[in-house]
Amino acid sequence: MSAVTSDSQHLGHRLAGFGRTLISPRGAVFLLLIVLLIAITVLNPSFAEPSQFVRFVQRVAPVAIVAIGQYFVIVGGEFDLSMGSVVTAQVVIAGNLIGQDESKSIPVLLFMLAFGAFIGLVNGLIVSFLKVPSFIATLGMMLALLGATLYWTGGAATGNPADGFRQIGRGGIRDLPVIGVLPWSVVILVVLLVIAIWFARRPFGRSIKALGDNPTTAHYSGTRTWWVKTSTFVLSSLSATVAGVLLVGYAGVHPSVGRGYEFTAITAVVLGGVVLGGGRGWVVAAAAGAFALEALFTLLNFAGVPSTYREAVQGAIIILAVAYAATTIRARRRGRALETSPAPEAKEPDPSEDPARPAPIPSTSRADNETKGGS
Amino acid sequence: MSTLTEAPAPVRRPRRRRLDASLIVGIALVGVIIIGSVLVASVGRNFFSAGNIRDILTGMSVLGFVAIGQTLVILCASLDLSVPYVVSLSSLIAADMMAGNPGNIPAAVLTVLVVAALIGTANGLIVTKLKVNGFIATLGTGLIIKGYLDTNYKGTSGSVPWEFQLIGATGVGPVPVSTLIMLGVAVLGALFLARTRTGNHMFAVGGNEQVARLSGIRTARPVIIAHLLCSMTAALAGLLLASRLGVGSPTVGSQGGYDLLSIAAVVLGGTLLLGGRGSIWGTIGGVAIFAVVDNVMSVMQVNPFLKDVVRGIVIVAAVAVYTARVTERRRPRFTAGSPTPDGAGGASERIGPDSLDNAGVAHSDSPVEDPQKEAGA
Repeated sequence: MSAVTSDSQHLGHRLAGFGRTLISPRGAVFLLLIVLLIAITVLNPSFAEPSQFVRFVQRVAPVAIVAIGQYFVIVGGEFDLSMGSVVTAQVVIAGNLIGQDESKSIPVLLFMLAFGAFIGLVNGLIVSFLKVPSFIATLGMMLALLGATLYWTGGAATGNPADGFRQIGRGGIRDLPVIGVLPWSVVILVVLLVIAIWFARRPFGRSIKALGDNPTTAHYSGTRTWWVKTSTFVLSSLSATVAGVLLVGYAGVHPSVGRGYEFTAITAVVLGGVVLGGGRGWVVAAAAGAFALEALFTLLNFAGVPSTYREAVQGAIIILAVAYAATTIRARRRGRALETSPAPEAKEPDPSEDPARPAPIPSTSRADNETKGGS
Repeated sequence: MSTLTEAPAPVRRPRRRRLDASLIVGIALVGVIIIGSVLVASVGRNFFSAGNIRDILTGMSVLGFVAIGQTLVILCASLDLSVPYVVSLSSLIAADMMAGNPGNIPAAVLTVLVVAALIGTANGLIVTKLKVNGFIATLGTGLIIKGYLDTNYKGTSGSVPWEFQLIGATGVGPVPVSTLIMLGVAVLGALFLARTRTGNHMFAVGGNEQVARLSGIRTARPVIIAHLLCSMTAALAGLLLASRLGVGSPTVGSQGGYDLLSIAAVVLGGTLLLGGRGSIWGTIGGVAIFAVVDNVMSVMQVNPFLKDVVRGIVIVAAVAVYTARVTERRRPRFTAGSPTPDGAGGASERIGPDSLDNAGVAHSDSPVEDPQKEAGA
């Protein structure tokens, strides 16, 4: 009996802690996602059916994968604006080089991965060694790559890869008991997410975060900063490549595929509570940000909001979500950091002070959520 | 490009500090003009003909307006991605309100400026009061404006009277009136930065918000005013586009890509994306470099898609040339462990390496001198 009460008490504590995490800025994206999913289900009950839900996940997969790649760049303190162009370039490459010859699929896939890694490498080296701010370096790459792609295709849709290749984005494991079809893109997303979580916990993943938080201390503590920074760009370009492979499957080949993906990815990552400027954030939250964004579109769709207003609502939600996260983080940190700061008017001291989180070091002056576009 | 890297070297030795950002941009601009005129001459055309100079100056004016405002915002360590939609919105409001009647011009211009000021103030308040970083805040407001435009306008709308179209069409000799207005706004902007208190505070807040706040500056106000002015210059660009097109268009801003191009022009002009250092004249130089490169490509009839490739490479290469110099100048303070400049030492010790960087460099810049001294005191 007593065991049960203590157990339930323990459970109560756990639940309370869980609730606080949801309200805290770090968990806000999950709360937002849950609310959106419930709202969609209320409007359209069939959405909750497993097969429908899996289709939803399939639709989000490319965005989520791009967001995972962008996460590493942003947490390392940089931007990658070239992702959308990389997606476009890869889609066009797949369309033109594979054609109807299925035997070419594997070599071209390898070539695409190599090309993606090369673009990331160029971005990273320009940022690391030429000291060009990443915002500008990847902006230049975005213009150059898109221009080159359009020049190659003449600005029109060309080529159509073999069906076998398109199955990666469209097909899946058939005849499963509950969900019916398990699309390959969902499998790829889950695998990549697991790898990303594992990678973020590795020493290398931690040094990316350290680099984003404070490049100088990261350098002094022995991090090879150029390599860490460059590898984040390689990761983001590779993730854009994977997204491109998936998009060939169900969006087809068109030079407009991938347009605007860089901003969608940045939005998703920021919605996931990852701080622009680097050093803070969780990769799962970034992926959840992509899901929340896509759920928002689905909700607006079901709610019958005219498609032209969708962007306006998206804009408003982004501002509100980030404002919520920023004000709570500020309020929390203001009480602790910089004793010299006059009148620490903590507006709403967040109760969820996480003891596991180290107190902010007074010397790190960079406030949260502040753009430091580039190194 | 090699001329650009080598040109500053001999000048630098005697007075390093004097060779500031806008001068390097000027040297780069001269280099681009020389290369461009050689290329243009190679296809048998004259780069310096009145018509061509007129084309270049015309090409400068719209991006120039947007970039002047963007400079102020970036100086405050923020960004404004909503400018293309403000440009489109302004052109539409102007064309709709004028409706072909010259009598409506003053009212229309006034309305456009007021609406833009409201948008800018909203941006500034979101950035400073809600603590949303500028990138996200203006991306969001841009999307909101875009949603409004897409919902209410299906295509071009309104009509601009001939009297207003003259602004975009006439010129004094080879210099278009629109460029003269743009340069006038640039002079006002430069004076604002150099001579007014708010202008000086922009450098301080952009350089290091904490230090600025500790030295008694209201950090929110300069940022709000920068966003306000940025939206208003974007509105001027929209008015100019309306006068050129004769109608308002909901896509004229986003087609021009003014958000990213203006940021690129500002950075090309030597303004730090981190804020706190930069100048209006550097930005004008950056815009001029873009205009010259575009013009040379048009004269040589480069494929429009390849133009983007060249543009991208020019942006990266030019900024690389520029930053290579800046990092060269900064590095000794880090490696040799030389003492920090006296005035800023106390404050920067506590604030950390980021500000150490800014404080030290900013020390040489006259506009930032005062806040930094206060910070040290």
